[in-house]
Amino acid sequence: MTKEIRFVQGNEACVEGALYAGCSFFAGYPITPSTEIAELLAARLPQHGGTFIQMEDEIAAMSAIIGASLTGNKVLTATSGPGFSLKQEAIGYACMAEVPCVVANVQRGGPSTGNPTHVAQGDINQARWGTHGDHSIIALTASNHQDIFKMTVDAFNLAETYRTPVILLFDEAVGHLRAKLEIPTEGELDVVDRLRTSLPEGVNYHPYLPREDGRLPMSDFGDSHRYNVTGLFHDMWGFPTADPTSINDLLHHLVDKIENNVADITRYKEHFMDDAQYVLVSYGSSARSAIHLATERRARGERLGVLELQSIWPFPKELIREKCDGARAVLVCEMNMGQVVEHVRAAVRKPNRVFLANRVDGKLITPLDIKKFLRMIQGRGA
Amino acid sequence: MERTRIVFSGSGGQGVITAAIILAEAAVIKEGMEAVQSQSYGAAARGGATRSDIILSDEPINYPGILQPDILVCLTQSVYTQYAGIIRPGGLLLTDPRFVKPAKEADAYQVCVPIYDMVMEKIGKPIVFNISMLGTLFGIRPLFNPDSLMEVIAERVPKGFVELNKKAFTLGLELGEKYRQNF
Repeated sequence: MTKEIRFVQGNEACVEGALYAGCSFFAGYPITPSTEIAELLAARLPQHGGTFIQMEDEIAAMSAIIGASLTGNKVLTATSGPGFSLKQEAIGYACMAEVPCVVANVQRGGPSTGNPTHVAQGDINQARWGTHGDHSIIALTASNHQDIFKMTVDAFNLAETYRTPVILLFDEAVGHLRAKLEIPTEGELDVVDRLRTSLPEGVNYHPYLPREDGRLPMSDFGDSHRYNVTGLFHDMWGFPTADPTSINDLLHHLVDKIENNVADITRYKEHFMDDAQYVLVSYGSSARSAIHLATERRARGERLGVLELQSIWPFPKELIREKCDGARAVLVCEMNMGQVVEHVRAAVRKPNRVFLANRVDGKLITPLDIKKFLRMIQGRGA
Repeated sequence: MERTRIVFSGSGGQGVITAAIILAEAAVIKEGMEAVQSQSYGAAARGGATRSDIILSDEPINYPGILQPDILVCLTQSVYTQYAGIIRPGGLLLTDPRFVKPAKEADAYQVCVPIYDMVMEKIGKPIVFNISMLGTLFGIRPLFNPDSLMEVIAERVPKGFVELNKKAFTLGLELGEKYRQNF
């Protein structure tokens, strides 16, 4: 069967991935450079029996998807920097209440309204710690349209598996770039369905009582069972509690369910890594330039490799340590003041061999930019 | 084909971005090539300089930007002044005398084709200027089968305007062929 080939923006690849994953509800508030996701879903979701709502602001949009998820929908919202800031409180609520949801953040320059129409990758740490209190989070990213599609499907899968918000950290350059997308056929990619309780109506359902495997089956809110959902620490019925043991257990559970499964959540790609003396660690649109450079330098016999991260949170420490271990130097290519580089330094055995190649002027970092940084650390001058 | 880097530049409203999308989409969907298309966005929808970059290749394309285009189209004096210097030596530099007074010398095959005047004379509607520009470019340098472009144009424009656009494209092709040069 020949696959459907499309020529689309990265944002549209996200839309197609969301529909493939079974997204049935989107609430959002348009903001550049994420607007095409909302625009396209406004047209597409109703055709798939789903619901699109443009809310009055980003806070309401985040709250709406939480409610819609509880009633049984797979849900998405999309935004960029300023909107992502506004969503943080409700993202914390979704962490605490364990509500599966996907938040696409197509990054632009910040802080504040910053640089709406140009690229940046400055929200990496915000995705991790934008909401207050101890918690863990999953964040995925991608550098090309095929991977945007796949990571979007994975985001929905991980949200359902771990009952957590999942952040898609895309960026303006790849979100607006038009390129080829082959739509995967049905069944080609795994789709994780909502785990629902088998308890019939009339039988007591405990929303926060884990099964033996640790997972929490859900019951569509407003359907068969009555239960409570709160942002307060809660017991197995979902009612607020100040019991120290319950508080302790819940907080550990919220962190452990993700941090104990880093290997399952980690996603990455290797380019020319086999015998690489120098390793470029990169992600999102920056990785395109890193791969471009490595392809070019390999042709000249330079042993340069690229480790492309597709999951940022939980940070793949073990992977970084293993892949960068034999490297003479590691160069982290990103479009911020050094957000992932710090975590790479913390992960490797020799942190003084980790360097930053960055660009923060709204332009996509170029292969030449990276080459100049590389030559400097190789002691060969720019 | 060898990697071909194309930059369309002009001012907002001339349709250069639409033309760029049509070209790249035809390459991917109809010709089975790899292509990427990007554009610089300003805050304004009309007016101001616009630029769209297209890369065509048989190989996967990673970095999507263009530092030195093989083909450069400039449709205002200001973008001509800004970009004429970045063309790859020996490249094709296409302008229109209605908008650009080109420099006498350029390190490229520089052609100044009266596309706009032709459109106004034979069609009378400036809205199809960008489609005639695409036709002219393919007349001078057929990057792939022009029928592929025509198919995409027919798919993208409203039904009532397909014939008008076909005519604009064909007239552009015929005009461009007069400037074709063998390399």
